[in-house]
Amino acid sequence: MAESITYVREDFLEPEKAPLSDSSAIGWIRKNLFASVKDSILSLLALAALVYFLPGLINWLFVSAVWIGADRTACLTVDQGGQLPAGWSGACWAYVGDRFVQFMFGSYPRDELWRPLLVVAMFVGLLVPFLMPKVPRKGLNAILLLIVLPVIAFFLLLGGVFGLRHVETSLWGGLMVTLIISFVGITVSLPAGILLALGRRSQMPVLKTVCVAFIELIRGVPLITVLFMASVLLPLFLEPGNNIDKFLRALIGVSIFASAYMAEVIRGGLQAIPKGQYEAADALGLNYFHKMTFVVLPQAIKLVIPGIVNTFIGMFKDTSLVTIISMYDLLGIVKASFGDSGWITPVTPLTGLIFAGFTFWIFCFGMSRYSAFVERRLDKGHKR
Amino acid sequence: MALADARTGSGEPPKVSLLYNPALRSIVYQVVTLVVIVAAVWYAWNNVVQNLARANMTAGFGFLNSRAGFDLAQTLIAYSSDSTYFRALQVGLINTLVVAAAGIVTATIVGLLVGIGRLSHNWLIARLCTVYVEIFRNIPPLLVIFFWYLGVLALLPSIRTIFQHVKDDPNAVFFISNRGIYMPAPIFGEGFGVVLAAFVIGIIAAIGFTIWANARQRATGKRPPVLWVNLGLILLFPLIVFVAVGSPLSLDYAVPGSFNMKGGMVIGPEFLALYLALSLYTASFIAEIVRAGIRGVSKGQSEASYALGLRPGQATRLVVLPQALRIIIPPLTSQYLNLIKNSSLAVAVGYADLVAVGGTILNQSGKSIEIISIWMLIYVSISLITSLFMNWFNAKMALVER
Repeated sequence: MAESITYVREDFLEPEKAPLSDSSAIGWIRKNLFASVKDSILSLLALAALVYFLPGLINWLFVSAVWIGADRTACLTVDQGGQLPAGWSGACWAYVGDRFVQFMFGSYPRDELWRPLLVVAMFVGLLVPFLMPKVPRKGLNAILLLIVLPVIAFFLLLGGVFGLRHVETSLWGGLMVTLIISFVGITVSLPAGILLALGRRSQMPVLKTVCVAFIELIRGVPLITVLFMASVLLPLFLEPGNNIDKFLRALIGVSIFASAYMAEVIRGGLQAIPKGQYEAADALGLNYFHKMTFVVLPQAIKLVIPGIVNTFIGMFKDTSLVTIISMYDLLGIVKASFGDSGWITPVTPLTGLIFAGFTFWIFCFGMSRYSAFVERRLDKGHKR
Repeated sequence: MALADARTGSGEPPKVSLLYNPALRSIVYQVVTLVVIVAAVWYAWNNVVQNLARANMTAGFGFLNSRAGFDLAQTLIAYSSDSTYFRALQVGLINTLVVAAAGIVTATIVGLLVGIGRLSHNWLIARLCTVYVEIFRNIPPLLVIFFWYLGVLALLPSIRTIFQHVKDDPNAVFFISNRGIYMPAPIFGEGFGVVLAAFVIGIIAAIGFTIWANARQRATGKRPPVLWVNLGLILLFPLIVFVAVGSPLSLDYAVPGSFNMKGGMVIGPEFLALYLALSLYTASFIAEIVRAGIRGVSKGQSEASYALGLRPGQATRLVVLPQALRIIIPPLTSQYLNLIKNSSLAVAVGYADLVAVGGTILNQSGKSIEIISIWMLIYVSISLITSLFMNWFNAKMALVER
């Protein structure tokens, strides 16, 4: 009887090919762009918009753009006094190229440029290992980056000692100023924010009130008013006849503002630490200082690293506001160059702003990518 | 000593030195803090008095009643250069509120659309929305304002081109120039109040009808045509009244003057630049918040509502969105507050907001302390009122648990 059971297959069937809707390009398009009538309409509209705008944009930015030229005539049409055909419009990258050093360093003396460049090199050399999680000796790195480097940079950039020529801060400008202000803001706001956050959660009523009042007042007003306060009121508050440096005033304003925001981020981390951690530290007989530095803060700060980086990004963008109190950060110096008679053309402002925007974008996007990376890394530890 | 005695409960001297008594320490810390603050304030105050005396100035808010002497571009309340500083600040505050309100509405709508778009199954739409968010989130708002003001709006046709255009086409009523958008201004005639009243009555009736319709749906399971009835009540009813009282509305057209357009209504490039920049910048943040909110509602919720027979639209509106709102509202509040505070960037393009007007007054009168405290007071109040309102809204939307 056993022989008659012939319906049992002994060889495997060839696997079916995946359905066309899963494998082919057409299938992908149908699934992702034309799944329903509504989808199709939306896709077609989006495609139409892309076809309409993208070629024009690329043309404006790259194809018809002027890349080389010594002055404004390179970017002017015939009827405006240049050589380009009438009706031409495109980016004037020649202008950005011509002003590049100014956009980076402002009016910093050209023969002293090695000083900011050296600072940049040291900064990058210390920052990159600091940001890479695998590189050891984070503590030493942090001290070098946050304490030693600023001191060296201060003397190197300002000069006046060790035979270096004194360079007034009014000559500083461009991306250099943007980076200095945000770096100082970051370095000051982190410890100040931690202190304010601890003060806000303290049991002592006077300390708590002071911290809450400070944080809420600063967070409730726009940065411009804080900057105005630093630039207009600070000289009033100090000894009569003082002449406090304008750059320093902006630094103070930005630092105050950033500290209040940082305090709230850190407070979020402090609140997320379970009470048992505090009690365990107490039970071990640690005093307040030890409890905070060895038990609570390391955990709390680790929790809010994404929030801290977001605050940094916000602060980096906000440094552009010093333009309003007539300082020349990247945006300020780009804007000031629009009035430069050597390069006045109808396309100069747009080109300059796109350049400045792209520079800001690179920094901010980089920071946010890094934040996402750290977030993913930290997440692993909590997965059970 | 008395403190320590009470703690140990005996007359013997305490084992722990007074230096380590937490209660005493806390008092000492607080006293030190207080002394430092008082000393700093006293030092600053002393210097302010001396500095003001050296500059021959007095402190006080009396200057608010003196003549302003400068003109403002956009004034929604009566204002001329003969008005007082106080009036000028009022104009500035109103302008701040106008641009903030317009910006909040636009940013919310755009942010909602983009946030939902990023979650779309449509690959192209999702990518476009991502590109939008990543571009605008990472650029300073001030740069976006300059982009619109100097890069785009300044390139629009000049007023002379418009004059030429009017000659060619005398019937044109709507002009876009680099000095702003000109359009006919409505002039409300007598009896327009009745139309307004009809509009308000229509809204109240629509709310009443919705409540009744909800009750009826609960009682009978059938839902009356709420949308059409409400549209009729809110739009058709005032329209009928408008025609009935004899159309009390005429238009004031913008016509070429000697140097500029005369009459009509104009939306200045400063306002447009600020409004567009604030809306688009904040919308990118709101989009992220909306996306996080919708993703925060578990998939089981929408599946359960499909199982109950709700259509996708209904499932989103009745099940997913109310739950997503609970996640969305708190961060949304802080974005609204940011937008209000960012509206102070108006000073960069000369839109006459509170900070710009205050800055002009500060330059004219030198009353820096007074102006800056007025700014801070007003902004802190606006922030407080907004967060109170949003907290109330949040409490209303919050999950009611047993």
